[in-house]
Amino acid sequence: MTFPPSPPLPDPSHAHSLLRSMLLVRRFEEKCAELYTEQKIRGFLHLYIGEEAVATGSIAALERRDSVVATYREHGQALARGVPATTVMAEMFGKQEGCARGRGGSMHLFDAETRFYGGNAIVAGGLPLAVGLALAAHMQGEDRVTACYFGDGAMAEGEFHESMNLAALWNLPVLFCCENNLYAMGTALEVAQAETDLALRATSYGMPAWPVDGMDVLAVEHATRRAVQSVRAGGGPHFLEFRTYRFRPHSMFDPELYRSRDEVAEWKKRDPIVLLANRMREAGILDDAGMDALEAEVAEEVDNSVRFAEEGSWEPVEELTRFVHSDPEVAE
Amino acid sequence: MPVITYRDALNQALAEEMERDDSVFLMGEEVAEYDGAYKVSKGLLEQFGERRIVDSPISELGFAGLGVGAAMVGLRPVIEFMTFNFSILALDQVINAAAKMYYMTGGQIPVPIVFRGPTGAALQLSAQHSQACETWYVHSPGIKLVTPGTPADAKGLLKASIRDNDPVAFMEGELLYNLKGEVPDPDDGDFVIPLGVADVKREGSDVTIVTHGKMVNEALRAAATLEKDGIEAEIVDLRTLRPLDVEAILRSVHKTNRAVYLEEGWPYVGIGSQIVSIIQEEAFDYLDAPVVRVTQADVPMPYAKNLEKIAKPDAARVVEACNRVLYRN
Repeated sequence: MTFPPSPPLPDPSHAHSLLRSMLLVRRFEEKCAELYTEQKIRGFLHLYIGEEAVATGSIAALERRDSVVATYREHGQALARGVPATTVMAEMFGKQEGCARGRGGSMHLFDAETRFYGGNAIVAGGLPLAVGLALAAHMQGEDRVTACYFGDGAMAEGEFHESMNLAALWNLPVLFCCENNLYAMGTALEVAQAETDLALRATSYGMPAWPVDGMDVLAVEHATRRAVQSVRAGGGPHFLEFRTYRFRPHSMFDPELYRSRDEVAEWKKRDPIVLLANRMREAGILDDAGMDALEAEVAEEVDNSVRFAEEGSWEPVEELTRFVHSDPEVAE
Repeated sequence: MPVITYRDALNQALAEEMERDDSVFLMGEEVAEYDGAYKVSKGLLEQFGERRIVDSPISELGFAGLGVGAAMVGLRPVIEFMTFNFSILALDQVINAAAKMYYMTGGQIPVPIVFRGPTGAALQLSAQHSQACETWYVHSPGIKLVTPGTPADAKGLLKASIRDNDPVAFMEGELLYNLKGEVPDPDDGDFVIPLGVADVKREGSDVTIVTHGKMVNEALRAAATLEKDGIEAEIVDLRTLRPLDVEAILRSVHKTNRAVYLEEGWPYVGIGSQIVSIIQEEAFDYLDAPVVRVTQADVPMPYAKNLEKIAKPDAARVVEACNRVLYRN
């Protein structure tokens, strides 16, 4: 697959902000992996490392009033959306200062404040919800767009089909963001999908769809801006297939027997952070000192999030049954 | 008091709540142009327009999930399942999204949604169209379950369900839509029945029949037969299965010392299992006999008329069960 030429670099401050956002996700998750080994974080932990350009570039193209629905591999989307690293880390520690009070953990990050509607640990489970958010915007006459993230694996689910059909049928303002990292857990795309051209499949619902180089944050942002503009203008749902790759195993329990080291090494040559940093260096807007300063800034933010999580408190056990129902008077 | 059908009572409740609150909308298969498969939404399309009475394609998982998403941002969807049999396709969104959302988000995101439609057997519709679906729903914390057995309860409870801030499954009786009963005149004020309050449909002192939904009517027939034998049965209609009015069950058992649970569903881990468990834990010393359950036979519903008849719980079997706990056989 050859993609169109990468878009030109944006102004230096925006380029820096994209680089910083990707670097934050990378360093934050590297820290998460460490903390997992130390058993500070438990449950399932799915790292986004390698895919940072997708969340960063696409969310940069959204407005504050827009909504985001993601998957169980959603640390990248949460951070890019502006959910504070502190509350995301506290959530993974299970502390009540977490963005879901420690009720959700890594796979169920939520933050109503930034219109981040999860975190969903059911493959394709977020798609109907995202279309529902779009339906609400449509009914209320608001020009919000809902960005809905899911992996290539979700496209084998019935929920994918129903969501695409309803969104297209009712011309709803939703942007389907497929993160095609070539593997549904350990199952390769060609073993799971009868038609592996995922954007082509999306067009069968009558919506505009096209593949995007998911390792190039500038291409991701450019494509998303174009799609969002059209969705917001009443153009109905759009579908972007971000071709990307996860550098790490599926989760912390994956020996990676389904792909070769050579394949991983080949993809790492297109590390999205390195790609952008190199472009910025070539353009003379980033040097070693600048990169070091950025690394230091991000390291401090990550350390700060760990400190916040460590210092956080456990929800009192008396609150076990709180929030089962919204009205405590009728809670059993 | 006006006498109207169960269907019209539901229709009134929908119309009144949609009139009162612009965030309420109805979505489902055939709810608009067709007036609903059971005509519950008759006339609502003309009254409220296609923005609020939404015909969906046959896509239960999809439109149930769209409803949950819309509820997450403040709308109040009423999702009609043509029957709850079809809602089994939608259970991922009901159980994994709607029921868990408020808890999982630490109280950030309530889901004020109603899933409604008929449950239980009709006449010779066989296995896939004749099953009581209560257990699928009531098992999960986070969801409320309402099962009205009369027109008045249908109206008052549907209005309360739509106003509730949590997901509510509202299960109607397919054979009840033409049932007539007294329902307060809309001009006499807002008629709302709070969730979680059982209703004694008949007072008696000899035996308690606890039941819900359509089976309330079967219990009343059984009580009429028993009365001829000099037995006074008390009928406790639970009306909502979550939250459950435990006090009402215990009050009656304390009085009669004998209890029968009647339900349309299967016996295996059915609603009755829960009720029997509560009675033996909370009122063991009051019991003069083991609690007996009357349920559908533990088989998929057969089509043949003779088999269907013996598979379904009915008044005669309730009379037998009452006699058993009274040691009258």
